[in-house]
Amino acid sequence: MAPALPREILICTIARLLDGVRHVAVGASSPIPAAGAMLLRALKESEGAAPVKISILGSVEHNFFTNGSTELFDCAGQGRIDAFFLGGGQIDGHGNVNLVGVGDYPRSSVRWPGSFGAAYLYFVVPRVILFREEHTPRVFVDKVDFISAPGTSEPGVYRTGGPKALLTSKGLFSFDKEKAGFRLESVHPGHDLTEIQEATGFGFDHDAKPSQTPTPSPEVLSLLRGRVLDELSETYPEFAAQMRQTLTEREPVAS
Amino acid sequence: MSDLRTMARLVESGMRVALPVDYAGVSMAMTRPLIERGAGNLDLVCVPTGGLQVDMLIGAGLVRSVETSAMSLGEAGGAPRFNQAIKDGTILIRDATCPAIHAGLLAAQKGSPFVPMRGLIGTDVLKNRADWKVIDNPFEETADPIVLIPAIKPDVAIFHVPLADRHGNVWIGRRRELAAMAYASAMTLVTAERIVDESLLTDEITAAGTLPALYVTQVAEARHGARPYGLWGEYPADTQELLRYAREARTAEGFSAYMQTSAEAA
Repeated sequence: MAPALPREILICTIARLLDGVRHVAVGASSPIPAAGAMLLRALKESEGAAPVKISILGSVEHNFFTNGSTELFDCAGQGRIDAFFLGGGQIDGHGNVNLVGVGDYPRSSVRWPGSFGAAYLYFVVPRVILFREEHTPRVFVDKVDFISAPGTSEPGVYRTGGPKALLTSKGLFSFDKEKAGFRLESVHPGHDLTEIQEATGFGFDHDAKPSQTPTPSPEVLSLLRGRVLDELSETYPEFAAQMRQTLTEREPVAS
Repeated sequence: MSDLRTMARLVESGMRVALPVDYAGVSMAMTRPLIERGAGNLDLVCVPTGGLQVDMLIGAGLVRSVETSAMSLGEAGGAPRFNQAIKDGTILIRDATCPAIHAGLLAAQKGSPFVPMRGLIGTDVLKNRADWKVIDNPFEETADPIVLIPAIKPDVAIFHVPLADRHGNVWIGRRRELAAMAYASAMTLVTAERIVDESLLTDEITAAGTLPALYVTQVAEARHGARPYGLWGEYPADTQELLRYAREARTAEGFSAYMQTSAEAA
């Protein structure tokens, strides 16, 4: 079997971060988080564990809402959603997320789509996973230009949710709510601490020699390359086809 | 039954106009009649995000402000006329978050002045919204700040559905945000793929997904009325066309040329 692709390591890491959730929601245009959630569901099913519910926005087969686009937020407000993913044009060292733009608001020099539901979901979803593949100093900044959603809140502000982890193409960080800062938990194969420090515009805690992000077992990989890619291709046909293509090129007719 | 131009004439300068998210039945068929009608200074409310239709209305110079949780062309990327207008400061942007727009419509639906909602505290979204207020939850002993979202009462809601009947009932299926828009708005203008003779309310199965004529001002037939967006259960989005718009509308001239050629093709 071909060794794990970098994106497969990300998907397996997401499945690990989601362990224990009952209901995970995935936003539009998020194939890797969706694949991670589907992988967790398949793993739980094979273990005979309690089922994992997934709501994928923009999917027909994996979206059960019948009360319009408000239902996701109503669900989250009641604590019916355990995990969600957020990206961000900018993310800073305190876990603040900017989805609006660069420069002086409102006349942003670069304008992104906007905050979507982040200014709410970040407060009420217990396990928010920040996911951004691009790991550069322009994304991971010292201070965001606009706070779409804050990493932490003042005492007394109602907050049942917030960031738990930050996953990038280079490494995995955890978020410490008390310190309002990140800690590098592991470095993905092929990357190192110095490279991550140079690519990150904020300081973070880390071990002197951070561990490497685990690579998936052959069993997990075959589940991912079979059932999960099949399920994923309903919502993200191009992404699933591209991954299959890459895998075929890696391992021509070996099996 | 009405027609597109008659409906467009009901939209007047300075009106607050509610428009749905790209997957929930955008009446693209009304876009050109609205531009021809030329009623400007519109205050758009995107429920809860905006895309191609909003971008075209901005490009045509009809928009004074946009209240939205996001603006994009989805897979086709950023909304070019919107982004330019933000850079130039030619429109007022009221950045929101999806559940705040739903909260404002809900308040209007209930005839209440506001609805409280969690989240938002400490965000720059809240900081830039002088019309939103923070109060202390009066039901708690200890301090518990909470945001109040005032009622959003659009003058007119405009959307597209698969099916309507001769009596003015329209079938929205599970796209309940369309009902929320209609409940909150003084007027609701609907385009439909098909108009049937029999009332949608006579069959319990269609009745459950039907917005009754009580809330519907006028209905007009428009085949493929959401295109290039898709319509649930009917046809998918035409991503190539969205990409073409995204490319050509990068400049004001390109936008005008696009509108010209697509008008000739129509």
